[in-house]
Amino acid sequence: MNHWLVVPVILPALVAGILILALRHDILLQRITSIASTVACLGVGIGLLVQAAGGIVEVYELGNWPAPFGIVFVLDRLSALMLVLIGTLALFVILYAINGWDRRGRHFHALFQFQLMGLNGAFLTGDLFNLFVWFEVLLLASYGLMLHGSGAARLKAGTHYVIINLTGSTLFLVGVALIYGVTGTLNMADLAVKIPAVPVEDQAILQAGGVILLLVFGVKAALVPLHFWLPTTYSATSPPIAALFTIMTKVGAYAIIRFYTLAFGADAGEASWLAGPWLLPLALLTVVVGMVGALACRSLRWLVAFVVVGSIGVILVGVAVFEERAMAGALYYLVHSTLASASLFLLAELIAERRGQDGDSLTLKPMPAQGDLMSGLFFLSAIAVAGLPPLSGFIGKLLILDGVRDSGHAALIWATILITSLLLIVALARAGSLVFWKCRIAEATRESRELAGRSYPVLPIVVVAGLIGSSVALTVFAGPAMTYLEAASDQLFRPTDYIATVLGPQPVLDPEPTLAASPEAAP
Amino acid sequence: MELVVASGIGLLFAAGTYLLLRGRTFTVVIGLTMLAYGVNALLFAMGRLHTDMPPVLSLDLPAYADPLPQALVLTAIVIAFGMTAFVVVLILRSFLEVGSDHVDGSEPVDPGSPRSYPDGSPRPPIKSASRGAAGGRS
Repeated sequence: MNHWLVVPVILPALVAGILILALRHDILLQRITSIASTVACLGVGIGLLVQAAGGIVEVYELGNWPAPFGIVFVLDRLSALMLVLIGTLALFVILYAINGWDRRGRHFHALFQFQLMGLNGAFLTGDLFNLFVWFEVLLLASYGLMLHGSGAARLKAGTHYVIINLTGSTLFLVGVALIYGVTGTLNMADLAVKIPAVPVEDQAILQAGGVILLLVFGVKAALVPLHFWLPTTYSATSPPIAALFTIMTKVGAYAIIRFYTLAFGADAGEASWLAGPWLLPLALLTVVVGMVGALACRSLRWLVAFVVVGSIGVILVGVAVFEERAMAGALYYLVHSTLASASLFLLAELIAERRGQDGDSLTLKPMPAQGDLMSGLFFLSAIAVAGLPPLSGFIGKLLILDGVRDSGHAALIWATILITSLLLIVALARAGSLVFWKCRIAEATRESRELAGRSYPVLPIVVVAGLIGSSVALTVFAGPAMTYLEAASDQLFRPTDYIATVLGPQPVLDPEPTLAASPEAAP
Repeated sequence: MELVVASGIGLLFAAGTYLLLRGRTFTVVIGLTMLAYGVNALLFAMGRLHTDMPPVLSLDLPAYADPLPQALVLTAIVIAFGMTAFVVVLILRSFLEVGSDHVDGSEPVDPGSPRSYPDGSPRPPIKSASRGAAGGRS
């Protein structure tokens, strides 16, 4: 058994405990420990990615209880990818936060580590109920982080966020109960084996459970019409946390990808591809709502929040057709949009800070301080987010459009994504020209002169540049990345290896006669 | 027994959903608690309803009650309890800082609202005297 699998969960948990118990009075030590732990998580994630790239699914049986009786962690290409993505994003966010945001409330670093633990656990687990538990861990940490720094607006938005997610958790349990009631198991690989055998009279309960779970993952992913919490929450919380939360919607997307390809995949009999008919129209609607919303925004951070809604729509369009190439494109876009929207969130704060009082609002104000640098960064970020060549957003959208070509709804998907991309370009161009061009007709005020004379810390700018740089890297190394992602997608659509690794060789699902090789492993 | 348990779960869900849609944060929290009770009963019932059966496998007995839903319910209870404690503190804090316990953060002005005076004019928002004390802790 490969014990490295459990490190991404254990390490942040231990570090968070140490941060609270021993280091709570020393912010410098907290920062060093927290960054070290994040780097270590990223390192382990990269190590696991290299292992998973070979195509071997690894399983870790907690407490040495064999599946399906115990809880298992499973590492395949998709979970390894998500581990590296969260590690990268967390490192950028923590480097940004140590510039002062972590001092505006208590226990920032401890909550941050708990957040990492919850996210890593959710990406690794192979058990449906355990996924619920990890969701709760990451949500509880996110409640603390969302309210970090406090303030009336944040508390108001926080109350909505918490109550919506608590309702979501209740629905999660309803879905779990219904599925357990008809299959008698909660291990995802075991579900994949048991669901095809569910008798016709129980199909209604099973499918109701499956669709309720889609609703829950939809709340997490901010799928329209369950997206109302996202723009308020993301614009009310502190910028580094908003940047970190760009991964939270992707947790919902990950859960949809994992659960509906594994448990309700091609072999699921009557319930196969359960999510598709629901997901596609809602995902298209999400793209439209996100991009039209972006057009109507009156402040930069609301704009970015709606961009997040729109980008999750684009990802889920790629997922919803449930085809291998579209899925690979969706995964590429998932990585891209997480990093790109995080960079835009952080940049929005830098720009607002340099525009002075009420700098976040899209009104006419004098040129922000460090105007050339800021406009350059905004230009690059906007290109990446909008999906213009040459940055990674363009490649991601192209891959998704190419991937859905063979599905029956290609015309609708193409039209929606292309038209909404234009809307987003208009929205970003409007914001950019108002902040960086039109400002030339506004007379310099005392405030703007004072802001221009001030000196600004370099680290936050480096972080934003680094996030944009990762989008550039994703473009330059698109070839190797796609090789990996296509293999990951292939693994998702042929879960035989996954199931065989977790449960032992399966006589029904395995097309090749490997049973004779290891008869003792069969249940 | 099935009928009683099923209608009980249905009732809890109905009451929970109704309270969840109310305008004051406290009733919303009570609604969430009701939903949590309902879902706990549902989880428990999904292991099938038995009486007088041990929750462990035993060779002497012909049948056993499924122990897994009981473990799931236990976990769900603990999580729901923790979350309820958190959300109660959160709404209290929010009430003290925002000055209203309405879910929108501001008092509605419709005359039918219990928070308005009988002649229909809205009550002034509660300017909490303890704001200084609450703010001091942030």
